[in-house]
Amino acid sequence: MKTSVRKSRKNSKTQLTQFLGFLVLRLSVYLVLFVLIYFLYDVLSHGSKVISWEFLSQAPRKGMTEGGIFPAIFGTFLVTLITAAVSVPLGMAAAIYLNEYARAGRLTRLIRLSIRNLAGVPSVVYGLFGVILFVNLMKLGTSLLSAGLTLALLTLPWTITASEEALKTVPDSYREGALALGATKWQMIRTNVLPYSIPGMLTGAILGLARAAGETAPIMFTGVAFYLPFLPASLKDQFMALPYHLYVMATQHHSLDRAKSLAYGTALVLIVFVILFNLTAVIIRSRLRRKWKN
Amino acid sequence: MDKTNIHAGYKPKILVEDLNLYYGQKQVLKSINLAIPENQVTAIIGPSGCGKSTFIRALNRMNDLIPEARVEGKILIDDENIYDPDIDLVALRKKVGMVFQKPNPFPKSIFDNVAYGLTIGHHRPKAELEKVVEKSLRQAALWEEIKDRLEQNALKLSGGQQQRLCIARTLAVEPEIILFDEPCSAIDPIATSKVEELIHQLKKNYTVVIVTHNMQQAARVSDFTAFLWLGELIEFDRTDKIFTNPANKLTEDYITGRFG
Repeated sequence: MKTSVRKSRKNSKTQLTQFLGFLVLRLSVYLVLFVLIYFLYDVLSHGSKVISWEFLSQAPRKGMTEGGIFPAIFGTFLVTLITAAVSVPLGMAAAIYLNEYARAGRLTRLIRLSIRNLAGVPSVVYGLFGVILFVNLMKLGTSLLSAGLTLALLTLPWTITASEEALKTVPDSYREGALALGATKWQMIRTNVLPYSIPGMLTGAILGLARAAGETAPIMFTGVAFYLPFLPASLKDQFMALPYHLYVMATQHHSLDRAKSLAYGTALVLIVFVILFNLTAVIIRSRLRRKWKN
Repeated sequence: MDKTNIHAGYKPKILVEDLNLYYGQKQVLKSINLAIPENQVTAIIGPSGCGKSTFIRALNRMNDLIPEARVEGKILIDDENIYDPDIDLVALRKKVGMVFQKPNPFPKSIFDNVAYGLTIGHHRPKAELEKVVEKSLRQAALWEEIKDRLEQNALKLSGGQQQRLCIARTLAVEPEIILFDEPCSAIDPIATSKVEELIHQLKKNYTVVIVTHNMQQAARVSDFTAFLWLGELIEFDRTDKIFTNPANKLTEDYITGRFG
């Protein structure tokens, strides 16, 4: 018996359903793209008008209706640096412990589950926790340090999870091979696991930091200032930051009309800041991956 | 058959006494007694799941990596029980090298792969390393093929070359015993014959234990053969005896291909 492969009536009906199905999927993509592009266009078109060297390098003037946002850029840079310095090493160390040393058991599973859940806790909760722990209990005051530590807590679950995933991509045969040649566990990790997982760890860490750099709630109570006439000079000083500055300019300013274009400019700088972060992550990852392959 | 399976005229290098091994509740090896002779090639054969790999991994305590694995009995290497609490695992694994089923070169240069075991924990002069690397690669019959590209990433080698590289890497730390866990199951026939030739050479200086599910391979490379079945040692004898005149019906059925 020979089966015909020509289109039949029944076939053309399934083809119509298929066409409609694809159409719905395609329209969903267009809708999402449209919203995203409109949003970027809006920020870019309004924001680019105020971007100038002066805007990037000067402090706000005349009750924040003129001048630039340099203190906010500087503050965000500093606080992100503190966050990175705390969260990256701590996150990597925790991941190494969980993945390489901890015995698989109920306790480890519980710890891992808690870490995953922490990643979903709203950032304002971290902010309040930071007030209690760093500002009050540890008496660090509202400062760069308190804010940086709070953001570090916020990013830790991401850093740990990303680092653990990176460690999992290293095949067990590398571990066994090293041990079979007489390496101790730590020598094995240092020479034959970490070199191959650090790209992934860094990528995850940078993505976490990018998110932290754009957060308002965690720094609002722990160290960021509405306006400061000077730049922070020590870890104990308050600071200005891009996301909070944007929030102020867009909603809290005494003259919202005059502040509006400055708010757009701030938003644009913040977005570029975050995109640069993500780009760095992508570049590091692809470069190290290439190096690893050859 | 003598309980410890010591063959007259052969000095045992590894003496396995009443070895029981469990994964959780499941017993994988059942009171195994075996004397593996020095400077001979001993093959471990048996159907899949009979405990061959588990057995060979007990000889350098690689099973320690499996949290639920539990060992009873003794394995004496040069009269030292390697399961004693005061055993230095690092020293043990340098003395008992292992080549794995799938070639597992590290994503480093060929040179760094071979030098790996020497450089961990020690700093050695480059000249000394170069000497050992060349010697080991020559021993593994790989030197001529790759001497001009030692800085190349080892992952670029062919599967057979990778496996010989892993052998060179093992030889570089100067073990006394080398364990092969189905070393040819992931490489092609030509590469296999090269590795077999190599194993044959190695017994002059090393005691070799090889796990294989390829009966012809066992017959070709080994002097002694142990047949494991469902975690029990069914028969251990000279390879020619096992393959021509096995004492046990199960062994005969297995080597003639009636099951497996």
